[in-house]
Amino acid sequence: MNIEATGLGTLIILLAMAVATLATRWGGVFVMSFVPIGYRVRQFIHAMSGSVLVALLAPLAVTGDNGARLALLTTAVIMLVLKKPLPAIAGGILVAALFRQLSPMLA
Amino acid sequence: MTRKEADPYRLDQALVWDGFKRLLPISLFVTIFGTAFGLAATQIGLGDGTIMLMSTLVFAGASQFAALELWGPQIPFFTMIITVFAINARHLLMGATLYPWLEPLSPARRYGIMLVASDANWAMATQEFTRGRPGLGLMLGGGIALWIFWVLGTWLGLNVGGAISDPASLGLDMVMGCFLLAMVVGGEKNLRMLLIWAVAAGASLLAFYYLPKNSHVVVGAIAGGLAGLSWGKRNHEH
Repeated sequence: MNIEATGLGTLIILLAMAVATLATRWGGVFVMSFVPIGYRVRQFIHAMSGSVLVALLAPLAVTGDNGARLALLTTAVIMLVLKKPLPAIAGGILVAALFRQLSPMLA
Repeated sequence: MTRKEADPYRLDQALVWDGFKRLLPISLFVTIFGTAFGLAATQIGLGDGTIMLMSTLVFAGASQFAALELWGPQIPFFTMIITVFAINARHLLMGATLYPWLEPLSPARRYGIMLVASDANWAMATQEFTRGRPGLGLMLGGGIALWIFWVLGTWLGLNVGGAISDPASLGLDMVMGCFLLAMVVGGEKNLRMLLIWAVAAGASLLAFYYLPKNSHVVVGAIAGGLAGLSWGKRNHEH
């Protein structure tokens, strides 16, 4: 089904996008309100919470350019050494920017 | 006082304000993302009102960029809904992981907080809970900060967006990735956690290459959760 991207059609698409996103924000909480939170569930949730981020990052590291990979590596190293997020993030971005600016010149 | 400080379920005005302020640094980067989105959306041909309404109502960057790919004179309705839902499906998991802390709240507060659930504030709140400190203020206050700056950034993109034509050349596409990685590395680290992460990463990559588009986050996260369940937690009591 196609919807025309004019006036009312645009509004319908926007509202549908908003509802779909809201369903993701509320759905997890809603479903969990029917699940008794025992030891096993807590364990699953705990393992899953770090895994969400890892699952999000893995393809980024594998399919990204070398600038992206260096950025992630830099962030990880600074975070391990300094244990402060802001320098780690800033370092990663800086490395990505420098690499992408400089690598065309070296090629 | 110390008793109160240590209560991880606590949520009051001071905590919300504190959460707002603690997400301000990352909100600056969110503003730039928003600017990039506003600019890209203008270039696709969306009207200013449509763009602002989208950022205000949807407030989920990756899915909004994906929506631009599907935008045209004719928009495939169900493809759009499924794409947006799939990209944002990680929110389902975030809500589930927060549930133990949201449970004591009234439904209005519970779902009110989740209105502004997003990667950055969720990651910080989770880290705070892991340390036994209250995280719901970060979730709500931080989420409000992210939302305001996402909308503000979008508006900037419509008006002064030309200033940042290529965010990637400035490394700005890596902001969220680096931020989330910093949260992972700053979290609990031990052999068990590393094994769980390895499973999550492996499953995510397999899904990324062999399963339908946008399924990798959910697949990887659930695989990691199951791994944590089957390996159990090492008991240090004996």
